[in-house]
Amino acid sequence: MREKVIIAEKLTKRFGDFTAVDAISFDVNKGEIFGFLGANGAGKTTAMRMLSGLSLPTSGNATVAGFDVYRENEKIKRNIGYMSQKFSLYEDLTVRENIRFYAGIYGKSSSFIRDKTTAVLQRLHLTGEADKLVKSLPLGWKQKLAFSVAIFHEPRLVFLDEPTGGVDPVTRREFWQLIYEAAAEGITVFVTTHYMDEAEYCDRVSIMVDGRIDALDSPSVLKQQFGARSMDDVFLKLARKAQRTAD
Amino acid sequence: MRTLLFLLQKEFRQIFRDPSILRLIFIMPVIQLVMLPFAADYEIKNIQLAVTDNDHSAYSRLLVSKITASGYFKLSALPGTEKQALKVIEKDQADMVLFIPAGFEKNLVKEGEAPLMISTNAINGVKGGLGNSYLQQIIREFNQDIRAEWIQLPRFNPEVQLETTVSNWYNPHMNYKLFMVPGILVLLLTMVGANLTAINIVREKEIGTIEQINVTPVRKVHFILGKLIPFWILGILVFTLGLLIARVLYGITPVGSPLTIYVFAAVYLLAVLGLGLLISTYAHTQQQAMLISFFLMMIFILMGGLYTSIDSMPEWAKMITRFNPVTYFIEVIRMVVLKGSGLAEIRGHLVVISIFALILNAWAVLNYHKRS
Repeated sequence: MREKVIIAEKLTKRFGDFTAVDAISFDVNKGEIFGFLGANGAGKTTAMRMLSGLSLPTSGNATVAGFDVYRENEKIKRNIGYMSQKFSLYEDLTVRENIRFYAGIYGKSSSFIRDKTTAVLQRLHLTGEADKLVKSLPLGWKQKLAFSVAIFHEPRLVFLDEPTGGVDPVTRREFWQLIYEAAAEGITVFVTTHYMDEAEYCDRVSIMVDGRIDALDSPSVLKQQFGARSMDDVFLKLARKAQRTAD
Repeated sequence: MRTLLFLLQKEFRQIFRDPSILRLIFIMPVIQLVMLPFAADYEIKNIQLAVTDNDHSAYSRLLVSKITASGYFKLSALPGTEKQALKVIEKDQADMVLFIPAGFEKNLVKEGEAPLMISTNAINGVKGGLGNSYLQQIIREFNQDIRAEWIQLPRFNPEVQLETTVSNWYNPHMNYKLFMVPGILVLLLTMVGANLTAINIVREKEIGTIEQINVTPVRKVHFILGKLIPFWILGILVFTLGLLIARVLYGITPVGSPLTIYVFAAVYLLAVLGLGLLISTYAHTQQQAMLISFFLMMIFILMGGLYTSIDSMPEWAKMITRFNPVTYFIEVIRMVVLKGSGLAEIRGHLVVISIFALILNAWAVLNYHKRS
């Protein structure tokens, strides 16, 4: 049996009488690229925030990287990377300063930071831009940089919340290349997206509808199961059942 | 510890890269300290006075010239009748009207007394009240001048005369700048401290970087210290700049030790920064933070003993001023600057402000959640 990085059992989050996440159960294997799909308002971000220790679950259980989400949320944070929907680098710091800051607060040594910064800048072809303010970079470059910063401290697992929103197809392809490289290094990737072509790149995919997980398997099995030609069809068939109005 | 250094480095980089913050921190105090002490003047000058003189005698003219010679009043109109005089006030061409009735001189000489009437526009209460008392004082002096003139031998003065000599301790010339400038400096420090901290953190909330921090293992205390320390240093810089302006521009040098002021300012800043932190934990947007701190500042400023005397407030208002940190610093800075008080005399104030600092910061730390 493969090692599980995330185990969620009936994980639930209620805001007042609104159930944002309704008793979801699933596992994520080590080294896997796990696609977390769902329409706007289906509860993806809330689920991700619970798993990354930003939001306290109402009920249910979950462990992330072997730590309990209720009691050991600060330990979870040492072992994960997180890239939110909102752009999360400091625009008024340079590329190099952002890398240094985030690596520093994860407790990485100066020599580690120095060596790895050089490698990351080369990989992203940003060596020439290293001392430019982040706000001067185009969106696609910022996203790739944000991802590299999120995994700079070599976490066991990285959460990506719509990382390629608003980015052109070429850059999206390059972004996914980075994701594959991270997965090859053994980092588990937990990613939400609205692009169904990206869903095809995932090892396994779950589809959330109205706070519940309605389907979970590899893209090829899902297509077979729903008699669909593409993930797009699968998604539409499931998402149409939604009662909630998307925001 | 190392985490804190990374947080501080980042904060200082951002501050020194943001021209608007630097402008706010250094230009605002300079402008306010240069401008406000001249404008926020308790002495009322240039009161527009209209005089209706129905007597046209030597004495009435003497009275009018004595009034205008005082420097407080400007003769703005000479309406012929009472009715015209009221029109002048209505049109806002005069703040006060002095009616000298016909027969003023005659009555004064024959009966030994003569009535005068003053009408005041009290829309601006302070101006009206002070104008009244100035004018009455001048008339009283006028009264005594006449008396002195008439009674050739003061030894036989039939009426007892009481004369008071006033001596103003700690501020012998009643130079209002001496107590206004230090007070304004306190307000500046309060506004800079509380606003900058609150806005800075709420801005990180808006941009979303605070969530990125919350998902890292950074400890709450480190994060908060990473915000407090830079703004504490900036606050001390602003304060020093203010003291220098007070010295260069107004020649105000504290009678007491500057060290005493700095000791208090250091603790006071912690309290004010704690307030800013606390605001930031409740506000979600910069507008909310601004509104909350604006609301608090209004109360702090108007109930801090700078513009109005706390001793003349009703009991319930005095209670409120005890919960206003500004009150304590204004008292302390005046004690040290004017009277030369030392640490021993301000000990009580120091204890209270330390409690403020402790409670506000503890409350902010408790209310700041890395997890919602």
